[in-house]
Amino acid sequence: MALEEYKGVYVFAQQVDNEISGIAFELIGKGKELAATLETEVTAVLVGSDVKGLADQLAEYGADKVIVIDDPELKEYRTEPYTHALASVIEKYKPDIFLIGATAIGRDLAPRVCARVHTGLTADCTQLDIGDFPLVAIPGREQKHNQLLMTRPAFGGNTIATIACPDFRPQMATVRPGVMQKAERKVGAKAVVEEFNPGFTPNKNYVEILDVVKAVTDTVDIMDAKILVSGGRGVGSAENFKLLEDLADAIGGTVSCSRAVVDAGWKPKDLQVGQTGKTVRPHVYFAIGISGAIQHLAGMEESDIIIAINKDETAPIFDVADYGVVGDLNKILPLLTQQIKEAMAAK
Amino acid sequence: MKIIVCIKQVPDTKGGVKFNPDGTLDRAAMLTIMNPDDKAGLEAALRLKDEYGAEVTVITMGLPKAEEVLREAIAMGADKGILVTDRVLGGADTWATSQTIAGAIRNLEYDLIITGRQAIDGDTAQVGPQISEHLGIPVISYAQNIKIDGDSVIVERQFDDRYHVLKAKMPCLITALSELNEPRYMTPGGIFDAYKADITVWGRADLKDVLDSNLGLKGSPTQIAKASDKVRKGAGEKVTLDTEESVDYIVSKLKEKFVI
Repeated sequence: MALEEYKGVYVFAQQVDNEISGIAFELIGKGKELAATLETEVTAVLVGSDVKGLADQLAEYGADKVIVIDDPELKEYRTEPYTHALASVIEKYKPDIFLIGATAIGRDLAPRVCARVHTGLTADCTQLDIGDFPLVAIPGREQKHNQLLMTRPAFGGNTIATIACPDFRPQMATVRPGVMQKAERKVGAKAVVEEFNPGFTPNKNYVEILDVVKAVTDTVDIMDAKILVSGGRGVGSAENFKLLEDLADAIGGTVSCSRAVVDAGWKPKDLQVGQTGKTVRPHVYFAIGISGAIQHLAGMEESDIIIAINKDETAPIFDVADYGVVGDLNKILPLLTQQIKEAMAAK
Repeated sequence: MKIIVCIKQVPDTKGGVKFNPDGTLDRAAMLTIMNPDDKAGLEAALRLKDEYGAEVTVITMGLPKAEEVLREAIAMGADKGILVTDRVLGGADTWATSQTIAGAIRNLEYDLIITGRQAIDGDTAQVGPQISEHLGIPVISYAQNIKIDGDSVIVERQFDDRYHVLKAKMPCLITALSELNEPRYMTPGGIFDAYKADITVWGRADLKDVLDSNLGLKGSPTQIAKASDKVRKGAGEKVTLDTEESVDYIVSKLKEKFVI
């Protein structure tokens, strides 16, 4: 493999029902940073049916180039045709780096692609940098520069490892949604758009979709919220979440919860923050009656401002909170909600 | 019908994670268990066996002590156990691991391969789909329901806000979620069988159609640059005040940061 032939940062621009997923913009945002260091460009790879019109959005969020693979076989996500699409892009364009969102689709697609093109894949990354491998020069061993260093938690968030892929290309990673920052949208920005179709002929690996069943949900996505009011076991009951809902209403936030709350049946799973729930990084995260198990911290500790209220002063949540208040949530919340309402009204 | 279930022995993180004085994980001090998603995959296979009749073979790659999870699987109702163990297979990343397991499976007849979605130590969810690619068969990941329909399987595949009902011709590979089912317990008769069962042990020489350059540490495209315990951001302030003062404190911080 002639590694130097491989150039550019490529990202998979996931779309569902012809709507671009937030992770695509996050990957472009991170891709731009990496591309700036490497003095190269960011290319978004858009795969679907009748999706060409979405290319401008990718440009507005920073893609320099968009490769569009448009085919009726790609209407709904299926592993085989999507794998063929990305593997064909890799074969033709030879990217140095290829990033895919660690979504349900991305974590199905990426391993199949990497197995087809024979390269390494690092799962569920939370940090990406360009650097040397090995990190420190070892006498008698080549140190490679400008390598993608992929950092990820393992062991339920207890350990963290940085991985490189020095001898194969592209360097591939799936990236956890909600961790990387989107670039600012530049309305009217344009990218070079190139159409590419490697041909899609159904074979035995094309599974048949018999039905698509959408869950009916009217809840907002907690990953998009700027302010989260999150409750744990300490809230005490489903009814008592009213206190958190009132606070969320007053401050313009959204209610989320810990795993214990989902296990108790107080809130649905799509509101769960943490290792087995969603990773969030809102501007403000209220952790209310949440002890702060390591699996929970893994999903929220990147929040800008963490405010914790807990009656147990030894709760681990205080180890990550910017502002910790030891006290009774039942007394504090009603008064806090009232004062925030007053402060907002006075503005 | 012949079903292969891939299982992994993993450290149990439930009883707390233990660290060596130097800060690395003390794997020896932690109990080991059958990886939960794999156990759900095994249960799914055993239910297919109960309903349609099937021979269930469990396969694992690991140190010789990984034989324990094979015996546990047999005690639950699996028919055969295969341990793939060899010094040259150590240090494998997901590419080399999937090459190894695919190389072992090429010796076997199968209609269905079931793996867990991901293992709780690595959390990659990569090995199942990679095995399917090496074997050239379809993959359906995140199965939440599995039915057999003639020479095909019909599987509900979970996504974030929806599920697809998919039909694939066998042979195919399915990855299972621990939410799929509640695994059964070992039975006394099963434990007796498991104690007596012969475990097949395979090494490098028994792997079919695999290059040395795709195995073990040397065959792993990804390499660890560094590993450490997670460093968390430091604690901020912590106050213990009466209710009104607590509220004033929070409100003042929200104002200071221009949140309100």
